[in-house]
Amino acid sequence: MNRVIEARGLRKSYGDLVAVDGIDFAVDPGESFGLLGPNGAGKSTTMRMIGGTLDRTSGELQVAGLDPGRQGPRVRAHLGVVPQQDNLDEELRVAENLVMYGRYFGLPRRHLKPRAAELLEFVQLSAKAGDKVSSLSGGMKRRLTIARGLINDPSILLLDEPTTGLDPQARHTLWDRLFRLKELGTTLVVTTHFMDEAEQLCDRLIVIDAGVIMAHGSPQELIRAHSTREVLELRFGSRRNAEVIGSLEDMAERLEVLPDRILLYAHDGEEALGEVHRRGLSPVTSLVRRSSLEDVFLRLTGRSLVD
Amino acid sequence: MTKAELTPARSAERARRYGWWYFAESQLRSMRAYLGAIMLSSAVEPVLYLVAMGVGLGTLVDAQNGPVGGVPYLVFVAPSLLVASMVMSVGSEMTYPVMDGFKWHRLYYAPAATAVTPQQVATGHFVAAMIRFTAQAAVFYGVMLAFGAVSLGASALVVPVGVLAAAAAGAPLQAFAATRQDEGSAFVFVQRFVVMPMFLFSGTFFPLASMPLWLQWIGWVSPVWHGSQLARVVAYGAPVPAWLIVLHLVVLSGLALGGLLCARAFYARRLAA
Repeated sequence: MNRVIEARGLRKSYGDLVAVDGIDFAVDPGESFGLLGPNGAGKSTTMRMIGGTLDRTSGELQVAGLDPGRQGPRVRAHLGVVPQQDNLDEELRVAENLVMYGRYFGLPRRHLKPRAAELLEFVQLSAKAGDKVSSLSGGMKRRLTIARGLINDPSILLLDEPTTGLDPQARHTLWDRLFRLKELGTTLVVTTHFMDEAEQLCDRLIVIDAGVIMAHGSPQELIRAHSTREVLELRFGSRRNAEVIGSLEDMAERLEVLPDRILLYAHDGEEALGEVHRRGLSPVTSLVRRSSLEDVFLRLTGRSLVD
Repeated sequence: MTKAELTPARSAERARRYGWWYFAESQLRSMRAYLGAIMLSSAVEPVLYLVAMGVGLGTLVDAQNGPVGGVPYLVFVAPSLLVASMVMSVGSEMTYPVMDGFKWHRLYYAPAATAVTPQQVATGHFVAAMIRFTAQAAVFYGVMLAFGAVSLGASALVVPVGVLAAAAAGAPLQAFAATRQDEGSAFVFVQRFVVMPMFLFSGTFFPLASMPLWLQWIGWVSPVWHGSQLARVVAYGAPVPAWLIVLHLVVLSGLALGGLLCARAFYARRLAA
């Protein structure tokens, strides 16, 4: 299968500061690929190198069979880009934003007008077509930016932190639209620091920290490889956490002590909780949940994603 | 959903040729949001200038001194007022909107993520501004005709001359604005201590030769003086030697071209940083 994106030893440095430190990854057509990591991990830098708007320092990179460093505009003609920060033209109306953006790809107006109407329907903004952009909510602006990124019918859609700053309902609406896109065969490349987003959207992902890939695989594979099936979260109060650790250590495969809670990694969380009670330890709150990518990240880096 | 009409390769090829125009088109459409204000100020400004300077001050000058440069003061001052007004306006068009493109609304980053290049974004911004100034200069010329400051004919060339002067002042300003990370007081400084002295000391209201020699250099380096001299030549045939006409054209074109080349380079550096 021809890879739509292939990076080998991809590196970007600014003087002594290394933003991306020789990473390798490949994206297959039609898959939803994620770059998960905290702010400053090198995700956006990688995205910009893919789009050819930032030159790499070294390494190899091919996007749609082209080198973005040398053939930036030709590469970008294959891409739809949804940047982290909205940059819609607030002087233009909603539909006009799509038409004008489509012009940047040399597309004629007679094609763009019906295409814009179609995309507005897809992102559920048809009723707002003639409105000012400034009247849209944050979630609507995000959806409009996604519609704008699709105006040239790209084979690859790059989404940089697509739901940062959105409320839960707006996030779910947006995820739903992205699922539909995936069903239509668009390759999605998503950067996020939200583990639930990565789990929801990505078939496969790389966990990246300080410019280095810590792990790669599907969300399930990563959880299986780096965490237990379940996690028991216990809160004893910040003062008592340290006191009880000794009594908990033999009850779980692994233990993480966070400032506000203790995480017990166990195959059966309920069983572990029962044992906690049998030992006479009485946590203020307890929660049994499935392991998530947050746990994977914690395991790999010793830090939480939101640190 | 409908498939795009062009293959990515065709799309990139079209953008390679016309990307600068696509961005200019987008800028011009954005301007429609405040078209009324632009047109109103384009029409009101020349009326105010010509009434105050041409008619008001002109009556006094003509009564005291007789003709200036062989023509009534209104005829003398109107072409240079057109040029000066273009340069004053370009001072705001090529500073804050550039900052808006890079920083406030980050509008430049939208086309930069498409098949359009940063250099084309710079050219597109410049071209859109010059189209706006062509309309503004045409309105100014219409007001000059209405005031009887010129007679219809070759004097219409004051329009392209005014636009050339705007380009000569605007392109270097665009390049300068592209190097600023935040506006701070730089744009106010430029407006007050660069654009305003050019307006006052570049032979707009009186022949440059009537200034003390130590102030005349402001005119020599100013697009306002070079533009005003050319505008007077085309408006009423002011006697300027051919070599000086060529020099005016070379200086104005050089500033416009040099400024634009610098702006293109600075845009490319900044949008790829």
